[in-house]
Amino acid sequence: MIDLNIDAIGQKLIGEVADLYETPSGAYNFRVNSQMAGRHTTDNIDIISKEGISGIDIFIKPNTKNESVHIPVVVSESGIKETVYNDFFIGDNCDVVIVAGCGIDNCGEHDAQHDGVHRFYVGKNSHIKYVEKHYGSGDGNGKRILNPQTEVYMEENSTMEMEMEQIKGVDSTERNTIAELKAGAKLVVKERLMTHGSQTAVSGYQVSLNGADSTADVVSRSVARDNSSQTFNARITGNAPCSGHTECDSIIMDNGKILAIPSLEANDVDAMLVHEAAIGKIAGDQLIKLMTLGLTEAQAEEQIINGFLR
Amino acid sequence: MLELKNLSFSAGEGTEKKEIIRDLSLSIDNGKFVVITGPNGSGKSTLARLIMGIEKPDSGSIIFDGKDITDLGITERARLGISFAFQQPVRFKGIRVIDLLKLAAGKELTINEACNYLSEVGLCARDYIEREINASLSGGELKRIEIATLLARQTRLSLFDEPEAGIDLWSFQNLIRIFESMRSQIKDSSIVIISHQERILEIADEIVLLTDGQIQKQGAAADILPGLIGTTAAVAACDRLK
Repeated sequence: MIDLNIDAIGQKLIGEVADLYETPSGAYNFRVNSQMAGRHTTDNIDIISKEGISGIDIFIKPNTKNESVHIPVVVSESGIKETVYNDFFIGDNCDVVIVAGCGIDNCGEHDAQHDGVHRFYVGKNSHIKYVEKHYGSGDGNGKRILNPQTEVYMEENSTMEMEMEQIKGVDSTERNTIAELKAGAKLVVKERLMTHGSQTAVSGYQVSLNGADSTADVVSRSVARDNSSQTFNARITGNAPCSGHTECDSIIMDNGKILAIPSLEANDVDAMLVHEAAIGKIAGDQLIKLMTLGLTEAQAEEQIINGFLR
Repeated sequence: MLELKNLSFSAGEGTEKKEIIRDLSLSIDNGKFVVITGPNGSGKSTLARLIMGIEKPDSGSIIFDGKDITDLGITERARLGISFAFQQPVRFKGIRVIDLLKLAAGKELTINEACNYLSEVGLCARDYIEREINASLSGGELKRIEIATLLARQTRLSLFDEPEAGIDLWSFQNLIRIFESMRSQIKDSSIVIISHQERILEIADEIVLLTDGQIQKQGAAADILPGLIGTTAAVAACDRLK
């Protein structure tokens, strides 16, 4: 149990999106139904509420190592519609894990929507691991809507690893991520997305490699089932000697629809950019192989998808 | 253990339709090591796929341990105790070697147990256990992992479709040792191998020679093998390189 005034649904959602089942040891800020439900800061990490608009500023002092920040969001009241601005100011030479994530439980008739705008200013030589999970539950007619906007500004020789996951229950999502990298900076994005029912998801990336020897690797794996539809739109721009790779690999099932638009723009003769995209149904041979191990077709399908979205 | 009665199978449609297995009957006893050989296109692989249930016969029946399994699917046959090693093993993005071995064993495996299966097929377990079964593995590595999944399954009937293809000479010896130990470990188990490798034919109890979807000869290896040497049904290891 998280030792804060958060109800059972909230506790469950936080477990889903942040893997948190007790109060975390580092810095945290819990937001539940548009209110702050708990906050903790450390000597090196400060969290301050914004004035005039919703959201927080997170300040991480230079040389902060092996610390974490959890900022989960829960929306469990039907009809909430909010836009929240969270800015991360990360000093030089840090090594920090940031766990965000939003869970919506909507049992009501009205749509519930959380639009999180996250901006990261990553200092020189800092290494950030950012994990963001989105999850929806509840059987009301109201839609569960999440539209995250993420901006990443990376100083020289900084590294950012981003894991973005949305596996279940979000009716509509439009996520946009932009990143600007200075010399020697490295961005690694691992996106996992599954849509079902009549959900729609749009995921866009615009990565600008502005400094020499900057690198970006943007890899998305997605599954579209039932009548859901997805658009993946990733652009990497090389403005310096740099290397960039984007890959979109999708499994399509039932009446799912997927549009993949990877694109590259090179403005420097030494920019090395690669894109790959593949969409296909589950291979018959894969199903047969797992069935020869004694799995039913449905079990085989589940194993293949779980592995693919690992 | 296994009985095929008047099995026929054809592929294609209309005028393109081709009969691949023709009124074939075959019986395999408990505790046997049987090699099915024959020239390319004789129907060897199709026969193995019919036994596993991957293909359905046009007519005839398949009896396993006294039960008619002709109408059963792949899953049910697998659960009754038939396993199958693919000629060209399948790759999976994201599924790791340890995951596949667990699925094959049908239970949780300790790292030690999984490692034992991999060591049996000559793979250094520590290097492989967490690896994904994707394009980063070579054909030879995949082939050995495929054999390890059959070791983990421990079924009474194991079918191998050209297990030696892509495996080097060192592991060829190993492969033969694996077949021997499978037989001794699982009571009354039989192994059926599709192969035209002379060295595999040499260790068979029985050889079945297929030609044009029919059994041309069948009998003890000692009786059949001499007549096959030098034909496409029994090639020496290096002949395939020519």
